[in-house]
Amino acid sequence: MAPEVVALAEALLDTMRAHAGCVGLAANQVGADARLFVLDVGGHAKTRSYSGVVVLANPVLVEATRWEKGREGCLSVPDLTGDVKRARRVIVRGVIPGSGELRVVEADGYEAVALQHELDHVDGRLFLDRVAGAHALHQRQTYL
Amino acid sequence: MTVIGRDRPGIVAGITRVLAALGANIEDSTMTRLRGTFAMTLVVEVDAEADQLEASLADAAASLGVKASVSPAVEDAGAAPGAHHVLTLHGADRTGIVAEVTALLAQVGGNITEMTTRLTGELYVLVCEVDLPPQRDSAIVATEVAQLGDRLGVSATLRPAEADVL
Repeated sequence: MAPEVVALAEALLDTMRAHAGCVGLAANQVGADARLFVLDVGGHAKTRSYSGVVVLANPVLVEATRWEKGREGCLSVPDLTGDVKRARRVIVRGVIPGSGELRVVEADGYEAVALQHELDHVDGRLFLDRVAGAHALHQRQTYL
Repeated sequence: MTVIGRDRPGIVAGITRVLAALGANIEDSTMTRLRGTFAMTLVVEVDAEADQLEASLADAAASLGVKASVSPAVEDAGAAPGAHHVLTLHGADRTGIVAEVTALLAQVGGNITEMTTRLTGELYVLVCEVDLPPQRDSAIVATEVAQLGDRLGVSATLRPAEADVL
């Protein structure tokens, strides 16, 4: 895989870590046209499964079960949160930039939700496209 | 009845205290703060005429700095049969987005039951719940919504609402 993809992934990790509470970032959020995201839910209060630092190119959702509604926000939509139905258990696979190896991530709970949020970004979608209804949109109270 | 005015603590308490004293029963209501304005819409069951109730609220409304108006409620015929959908739109703000989107929905016989819009910085977000007539092909409407979004330079999607009760 091209070295610029590895460099982009490193830039995404740096940007994600520079924002308190940010657990994931997709390439198109920083204006880069690539199907790539980074994720690290370590240390988040709601975390159940923890797969460490996840960096995936061309990610695909393989399996999604245990659907529940929850509230989420986004660095790209700083002032709003929304109630979104997401699977609490997912299997995602993608390619690791650099080595080009296939990686399969199995995740539960918060990490599963965050993975779906990033997969949406990769497809050009925001959580706003999935909010449950007109009363499911909320003004953000605090920056976590 | 509707109550609207500059937001401050005590508006709901001040208005509903009068209603309770009159024996008025609050049935359905929605109350929200939009920027600095607080707005309430209430359906109230009371043994009084609308103008009497409005007069009874005048003192409380004046002291709270709000405007309260009362009119007879219409008989609710129940929701027309329709398939419940959610329309989401987001993108750069410009004048006329709501007019264009709702014109399209009205044209296909859609009935809006709830709508929220938010302007945060440059980003405009609209979420609208709409019932489409049963005979209407929602996939075609969804395509028209997406095409309208493209014309307006925003992202717009229409999808069936989640039917499950949590």
